[in-house]
Amino acid sequence: MNRKNTLYLRRRFVNGFNLTLSMVTVAFALFFLGWILLTLIEHGFGDISLATFTQMTPPPGSEGGLLNAIVGSLLMVAVATLIGTPVGILAGTYLAEFGKTGWLAPGTRFINDILLSGPSIVIGLFVYELVVHRVGHFSGWAGAIALSLIVIPVVVRTSENMLLLVPNSLREAAAALGAPQWKVVMFVSYRAAKAGIITGILLAVARIFGETAPLLFTALNNQFWNTDMNAPMASLAVIIFQFAMSPYEDWHHLAWAGALLITLLVLGLNILARALFRRDVTHG
Amino acid sequence: MRSRLRRSISQGAILDILFLNTTRVFAFLVFISLFGVMITLLMASMPTLEKFGLSFLTSDAWNPVTQEFGGLVPIYGTLVTSAIAMLIAVPVSFGIALFITELCPTLLKRPLGIAVELLAGIPSIIYGMWGLFVFAPFFADHAQPWINDHLGSLPVVGPLFQGPPMGIGMLTAGLILAIMVIPFIASVMRDVFEIVPPLLKESAYGLGATTWEVVWHVVLPYTKVGVIGGIMLGLGRALGETMAVTFVIGNAHELSTSLLMPGNTISSALANEFTEAVGELYTSSLITLGMLLFVITFIVLALAKILLIRLTAREGKTT
Repeated sequence: MNRKNTLYLRRRFVNGFNLTLSMVTVAFALFFLGWILLTLIEHGFGDISLATFTQMTPPPGSEGGLLNAIVGSLLMVAVATLIGTPVGILAGTYLAEFGKTGWLAPGTRFINDILLSGPSIVIGLFVYELVVHRVGHFSGWAGAIALSLIVIPVVVRTSENMLLLVPNSLREAAAALGAPQWKVVMFVSYRAAKAGIITGILLAVARIFGETAPLLFTALNNQFWNTDMNAPMASLAVIIFQFAMSPYEDWHHLAWAGALLITLLVLGLNILARALFRRDVTHG
Repeated sequence: MRSRLRRSISQGAILDILFLNTTRVFAFLVFISLFGVMITLLMASMPTLEKFGLSFLTSDAWNPVTQEFGGLVPIYGTLVTSAIAMLIAVPVSFGIALFITELCPTLLKRPLGIAVELLAGIPSIIYGMWGLFVFAPFFADHAQPWINDHLGSLPVVGPLFQGPPMGIGMLTAGLILAIMVIPFIASVMRDVFEIVPPLLKESAYGLGATTWEVVWHVVLPYTKVGVIGGIMLGLGRALGETMAVTFVIGNAHELSTSLLMPGNTISSALANEFTEAVGELYTSSLITLGMLLFVITFIVLALAKILLIRLTAREGKTT
């Protein structure tokens, strides 16, 4: 009886100890999330002002804002999304609608998943070799191409998943009415999966807004106002990197302002995407 | 009337073929892009490979003036920082997944899931900045003196923990990487834990097993393959992560025993030096490093993917 009792107590102790540890790990993660967000809010809100949105990035020691970087980021993200989305959706369509047979669909799926978590700095190197090295100068186009290569895997994955969620009976109903397959996909599958696909695009946009590494060797940076995609172009992420690594105090302030902007935007897009998707799912 | 119908059917058939092949071309584009990256990088690293050959992997020289380049320091740094990150992130992620799937009240499940996803959504440059301005000074003032005193005097592992409390260095980089990859690993673990058939768990509970015993002896063996897949996925992220590491690694091309000393990783060497690299050999050496990184992460991620596929295949058979 006594031996049984100690065994029971030991098991209960191990159980309690390990479960407490598991709660500690959750606290650990939440602690860092809180710490990072608090730091951002504390520094960022103090450093953000109207000038942040209306003035150019300054030389060290003078006043300025982040206007050219914001515009550069928006331009490159827009172009990258415009290139990446159709490619991603079409490839995702192949995987979901036609990918039952053959080697291409499983192969693409496999490689797409690797690209999804692959090192983004290598994408920068690739586009450097492919575009910058040939053309002879850094450019906004090269930056947008690099970003689009990050958009594509995200959109492929979500498009495929969302199209697979569309019930086959819908497709069969359309086919029974005599619709050719392209019409079934265009007018039935896409329509049914619309919210999910848009969610994927929003997530992709959120992802590239914060990307720095692929822009370093492609769009480079620019201290001045520039909307010419053929010239080096500033972006929020690269400016934050440059300013934060510099020894100048006022550049640090601008970097914090930019960091808060990027985080709010990225987290906002993430939340929007999820809300959109959830509403669609719950409404059937 | 008949002919119009026939025409519309044949038109539909042509459009079908067109549509199918358009989507196929784009899928093929995605398929070959990986090989495109590999071949492009391989071609660009030819000058280095011709000059140094395999000794590039074992040489710690990095001298743009004498044109001597070796990859040992950044490769070592990449492996060490990722190893530190995994040592911390794997148990913590396991704890989080365990909490979410087994302990958490339903009310808290969604908010916690969102919090983990928020952590995953924060851009890596923010982690880097926070690491440089907030975490590194804190670490230098409060943690490193303690590490020096207590761990630095241990036999065997002692030398790993001796060094000036600078804040930046490989240990700090590894810690920040750990915080970054925790959400990725935790969410995969949570997903695979949730596919365990309730029947299995209930049987174990019915025999009187404690929650921990159910997780350790039933859930974990059942999802082993998927858990390893998730870990590999996190490792792939950690190896290739650039910005979070570049801020705090210190960018020093020196091989040091101590984890508190600055070092370099492949990605941060690229981020810091690539645009300033002069000369074909310098650029090409950096690209060779990039190619090595790509190959390493490719292998790790491919393994992760294969393991996760195996788990889902088994899921279909046994339930």
